[in-house]
Amino acid sequence: MTTMSYRDAIRAAMREAMRTDPRVFLMGEDVGGYGGAFKVSYGLLEEFGPERVRDTPLSENTFLGAGIGAALGGMRPIVEIMTVNFSLLALDQIVNNAATLRHMSGGQLSVPLVVRMTTGGGRQLAAQHSHSLEGWFAHIPGIKIVAPAVAADARGFVLAALRDPDPVFIFEHATLYPVEGEVDEQAGPAEIGRALVRRPGDAVSLITYGGTLGMTLQAAGLLARDGVEAEVVDLRTLRPLDTETVLASVAKTHRAVIVDEGWRTGSFAAEVSARIMEGGFYSLDAPVARVCSAEVPMPYAKHMEDAALPQVPAIVEAVREMLVLHG
Amino acid sequence: MSAPAALDRQHAVALLHQMLLIRRFEEKAAELYTVGKIRGFLHLYIGEEAVAVGAMQALTPEDGVVATYREHGQALARGIPAGSLMAEMYGKANGCSRGRGGSMHFFDVTRRFYGGHAIVGGGLPVAVGLALADKLQSRVRVTACFFGDGAVAEGEFHESLNLAALWKLPVLFLCENNLYAMGTALARHQAQPDIRRKADAYAVPSEAVDGMDVVAVEEAARRAAAHVRRGDGPFLLELRTYRFRAHSTADPELYRGKAEVAEWKQRDPIGSFTARLREMGLVSDADLAALETAVGGEIDEAVRVAEAGPWEPVEDLTRDVYTETP
Amino acid sequence: MPILTADMSAGTLVEWRKQPGDALTRGDTIAVVETDKGLIDIEVFTPGVLEKIIVQPGATVPTGAVLAIVRETTPAAAPGRAAAPPPAPVVAPVRRAVTPAAAPSDRVRISPLARKRAIELGIDPGSVRGTGPGGSIRREDVEQAAAARAVAPAEKPRAPLDRQARARQAIGAAMARSKREIPHYYLATTIDMHRAMTWLAEENLKRPVPDRLLYGVLLIKAVALALRDVPELNAVWRGGEPVRSEAVHVGVAISLRGGGLVAPALHDTAGKSLGDLMRGFRDLVQRARSGGLRSSELSDPTITVTSLGEQGVESAFGIIFPPQVAIVGFGKIVERPWVVDGQVVARPVVTATLSADHRVSDGHRGGLFLAAVDRLLQEPGRL
Repeated sequence: MTTMSYRDAIRAAMREAMRTDPRVFLMGEDVGGYGGAFKVSYGLLEEFGPERVRDTPLSENTFLGAGIGAALGGMRPIVEIMTVNFSLLALDQIVNNAATLRHMSGGQLSVPLVVRMTTGGGRQLAAQHSHSLEGWFAHIPGIKIVAPAVAADARGFVLAALRDPDPVFIFEHATLYPVEGEVDEQAGPAEIGRALVRRPGDAVSLITYGGTLGMTLQAAGLLARDGVEAEVVDLRTLRPLDTETVLASVAKTHRAVIVDEGWRTGSFAAEVSARIMEGGFYSLDAPVARVCSAEVPMPYAKHMEDAALPQVPAIVEAVREMLVLHG
Repeated sequence: MSAPAALDRQHAVALLHQMLLIRRFEEKAAELYTVGKIRGFLHLYIGEEAVAVGAMQALTPEDGVVATYREHGQALARGIPAGSLMAEMYGKANGCSRGRGGSMHFFDVTRRFYGGHAIVGGGLPVAVGLALADKLQSRVRVTACFFGDGAVAEGEFHESLNLAALWKLPVLFLCENNLYAMGTALARHQAQPDIRRKADAYAVPSEAVDGMDVVAVEEAARRAAAHVRRGDGPFLLELRTYRFRAHSTADPELYRGKAEVAEWKQRDPIGSFTARLREMGLVSDADLAALETAVGGEIDEAVRVAEAGPWEPVEDLTRDVYTETP
Repeated sequence: MPILTADMSAGTLVEWRKQPGDALTRGDTIAVVETDKGLIDIEVFTPGVLEKIIVQPGATVPTGAVLAIVRETTPAAAPGRAAAPPPAPVVAPVRRAVTPAAAPSDRVRISPLARKRAIELGIDPGSVRGTGPGGSIRREDVEQAAAARAVAPAEKPRAPLDRQARARQAIGAAMARSKREIPHYYLATTIDMHRAMTWLAEENLKRPVPDRLLYGVLLIKAVALALRDVPELNAVWRGGEPVRSEAVHVGVAISLRGGGLVAPALHDTAGKSLGDLMRGFRDLVQRARSGGLRSSELSDPTITVTSLGEQGVESAFGIIFPPQVAIVGFGKIVERPWVVDGQVVARPVVTATLSADHRVSDGHRGGLFLAAVDRLLQEPGRL
């Protein structure tokens, strides 16, 4: 067991994979010479050389498509798209090829592609650099979507994704890279498709993933001071979603608040809410609440950005309101 | 038309057979569409047969092929059984893609035929990736990527040529320039209509060839493939051809005149090749009649296979969205 | 008419390029058709001779319609000339197994709406029988329980205080609703009980003490039999209309210690003997006070009789218990001056009242009912 940062954990996983499996290689913008836009791949070029750590031109659609082709051709590529904001350029290859080739070919093809992307806002990078679109990607059948919130999962999901015969998209929240956590370097791959209860409780289920886990745990801490013990569920995988764990939590607490950095309308939180309604209707003492981003393009000024994003007070308030109205 | 030093009779007849098979297959598909056996979109290869047949001569079974939604010619020339393709267009479970894809999405992994892509330009990055995988695994083989003149407008064309050149990947880019991107003439969508010259921007060697002449196509394709196989990086071969039919069955062809079509029909790849072989005394009328009969039989058999094929059970709808763990 | 484009269902024949008698070669254009994509040529697939044109230029016909008759000169390889789309495989709707939400065992499955109603009506959800999926409780279940005065204790024992508070709430809510929704009219009559009380005294002398009858059962039986004359008062209001009941189940109002009221049914009142009615009544009182009433007893009454004679009240006008349509009240039996054969004498009399739902009956019918009750009580031996 050791303590390491989220970014170091990802690097460790990629390094381990590239050492043990010659089919694994990394490509993306500035992953090599630059050391990675977020310093995740720092050192890998030196260790593995330019054949296996490839800097690409700014051609998201094509190098992601090349990742698909390489996967079809027997490799295990890790394609790094610098941020989810740029992934929009690659949507054609993602939706029309990565997600469809298996089904459309009648099961002949399998695309064992891993795509890593940085996601999220909160660093005053304004409207074009602050998206949280993992919920959009989770809409598409044929691909898998994970969002590690802690260093151990950041490592574990890279290993799991490389073992998966289908395309796996890993969304890394930009603010998490320096956050340290306990990592068992001997541990195997994390389980895709299983959510975890990070903090047990009985008064309300706070359900979230990725970058908002930290603030959700903080909110739970504040609520505990008032005797409200919130249960915090880390979804970890958005597709396939672990409905069972979510419903088990709501069956216990009878209340749910979903925290999601996506915009509220059509958010991933809406999907989770629908599933709770479908499967846990009789468990609920109150309507499911959502704490999401305001429906605005992300502004630059700090106070405006803070107002647009989910925050700890908003989560606490959502729970309090729920208890007051529906206690 | 260039006259090669010597044209092997057996090879010539094989070329003619393949082109004729494609032609009759496409005609039959057109007919079946009008009676509702084939649905959705149907894009016919009639007039372009020399391209697929000529180019395929330069490829080995280990090479890879990526094509577009107008891929019946490439699929047949690659050796995928006509019955499997016909059944696919019928939507039957014995189709090459289990009825899941239809006319635009033929796949056959055993013959390294990777589609069948309906997004213009969408296959190029995949071809680049397949070539990358070969290079990384030190396999010497070519990935042939067919696309149309319309695709050169898409960013992916430029990105793919650039990436393949940058990384010296073994991609044979084959641009089937039939002068129209659906209904838009080349001169109206390309500021620089000389397609092969676009390769210069990416330092990719290129050549343009008469796509109506199967012998010329074969020779050019062999040259290009050899370059790629040597590990010298990609090659762009522009094949100048023409489709005699509309873009698809839904197209009333308002954008081109019948006179132009008639003019190109005089250069029919099958007609002109047949004439040439006759001239050279390599085929007789009896040979040609036998060929037609043989091809007719193959087409009938293909239809029979399609008619007899089963429908995939609806319960299997969600099968193979993901790879099922055994 | 061939299918020429993906969604085509009909086409307009614009022009024939061949005439009857013309030879047709493969690849010829035989006609031109207009579709929503534009003008498209129809080509000849099988050689032959055009015999007869069926559809004239300008006509719009559905795909599959015969346009012309062609005599084929070579046997056609028939892919099937049916222009109808191939029979699609029978697509059974993909049924997702609908698993009812699994609720933890100690939690009541009740919809939010039903729970809200239960609070309004003072019903304990735990005591309601749900008719929704998986036994879940719906609004109508709660309302029926309230109408049946479901103050019956739940399976689990409850603190008495709790129960009474709930009982009051439930009664209050039900009575408020009754007054709001039912247009009551009120009638009263005074009945000479001389004959009934005389008969009763003689009858009771014949009976062992435990089997002696209270005068109340005479009243109840008279009410039950009088309903034969005015059956519309023996009904329940359901689905916006009165539904008459075959049998008469008189709900007898029983006051509970500590306050509260319950009116369980004496089933089949009209068919029972006075002795049976007495035994039934005693049993109901005992179980009502000990909390052992059955929910069917609470939901079955077709009319209620309330008697406040013991409280010293001369007349009692009750509020109808929904979904019933009438309630009969009796005051105490008092000695009053009465005129018999022109002479004033002292007689025991009782005031009988009827509060009835004016949507179902009117004063005339109500009056007939009370007159029948009076008449029956003048012949007590026949009750």
